[in-house]
Amino acid sequence: MDKVAIAGYGITKFTKDDSKIESVLLNSSRNLFRNSPNLTQKDIDAVLVSSNNNSKYLSAILSEISGIQPKIAHTVESLCNSGTNSIVAGYSYIASGLADCVLVSGAERYDSPGQILEWDKFRGEFKHPIFWASIFSKAYKQKYSIKDEDLALVSVKNHKQSINNPNALSQKEYSISDVLNSKKLTDDLRLLDCSRPCTGGASILLTSEEVCKNFTDSPVWITGIGQKTTSASFTKNLTFDNMESTKNAAIRALQMSKHSVADVDVMELHDAFSVCEPMALDSLGMTQEGKGMDMVKEVYETENTKINPRGGIIGSGHPLGATGIAQTIEITQQLQSVAGKRQVDNAKIGLVHNMSAASTSSTVLVLEN
Amino acid sequence: MNFESELKKGNLVISECIDCKKITWPPSEFCNQCLKETSWRKCSDLGKIIEFSKQNDIYFGIIQFENSIRIMGKIISGNPEVGKTVQVVECGVSDSEYVLKMKVVEE
Ligand SMILES: [Zn+2]
Repeated sequence: MDKVAIAGYGITKFTKDDSKIESVLLNSSRNLFRNSPNLTQKDIDAVLVSSNNNSKYLSAILSEISGIQPKIAHTVESLCNSGTNSIVAGYSYIASGLADCVLVSGAERYDSPGQILEWDKFRGEFKHPIFWASIFSKAYKQKYSIKDEDLALVSVKNHKQSINNPNALSQKEYSISDVLNSKKLTDDLRLLDCSRPCTGGASILLTSEEVCKNFTDSPVWITGIGQKTTSASFTKNLTFDNMESTKNAAIRALQMSKHSVADVDVMELHDAFSVCEPMALDSLGMTQEGKGMDMVKEVYETENTKINPRGGIIGSGHPLGATGIAQTIEITQQLQSVAGKRQVDNAKIGLVHNMSAASTSSTVLVLEN
Repeated sequence: MNFESELKKGNLVISECIDCKKITWPPSEFCNQCLKETSWRKCSDLGKIIEFSKQNDIYFGIIQFENSIRIMGKIISGNPEVGKTVQVVECGVSDSEYVLKMKVVEE
């Protein structure tokens, strides 16, 4: 199996702009070409688009407007982890020898249809993501004696970290009391505990080992992949205080990379809501079950930004199809030591955790420099 | 007969495999274990609160019926606690959304 490198990337600012999905795709792809001076359109033999937008054949459209005639072109959609799913698809094309150079581009609009799941009728009148998040928060708080003000720290930390991310939707700091006093959506969720849908794009260039040196002197390698889908319906989660699909995906991603969780220097976690961050830390095995919040507190107090350095999803915004790619770009920049003010010292091994549909599906990637 | 047409009439039904007897949820004409056909039968109107929260003055939660199927709905009376029994007081379809209202059965 061929090794697969991340050999380039481009990203747009995350906004509330009313832009066409095609323009968002093109903008991050143009940035990728700008960042990769030796790359030309004819080098690319696959174009994969990640989006929940209900448009047809976006990969053919992106190829056309960016002057690419790829061998392989199609969309990958799997809600909020479409981005990492498209990276895994690109990886597979390269590892199998079907392609050498894959452009993976994710984009979403602020009004994405991916936020409401028509299939999941047994959420009844409680279809909006704030309801599953409330159930998760309630269950997690109850099981581990955690308070609202504890969970609020996730939002405080990630908003603070997003200040150093020029592409983030949020550029504002908040205090614990700001979070607690923000609009009460349910008894277990405040507005500032939530990530916000937005318009944004992120593109990544995946290549084989042989081809990567044409485009970069500092490739980052995808050395571990784990994925698991347990169901499509939220209520089929067996428990609501941890993420079963994440546990499963993490074990296999780490196994494949031949590392243990303790080796991970920097990570992007899928903090769609405050509770998701400590829960993901537990489920990834970064901490003992129920101790995720202690780890969040510790990194916050020691000003260690290794958890969600770009501000996570809460700080950066959540353009669904672009999120997993944006997370992967952040870890790539960290491992290349080009993350500027967000840089985590001496980062060699990074992890991406991207999930969808109330954690019924998760992807975990391990990256190394 | 199907799940939604019965729910519209106020009946909560579940799909049980004619061969292996497993319950398939979400409801389906075919068993997701052995892929044979299912038949419809009435579901117990007593469920157990798995988890709940509250929006404004309305409690909502995940309720488990017959130790297997789980639905989100409103708990309109009583003091909900995890593990407590609830009884369906109303179910139906409104604006193409499934509606389930329950009350806590105090022991
Ligand atoms: Zn069967």
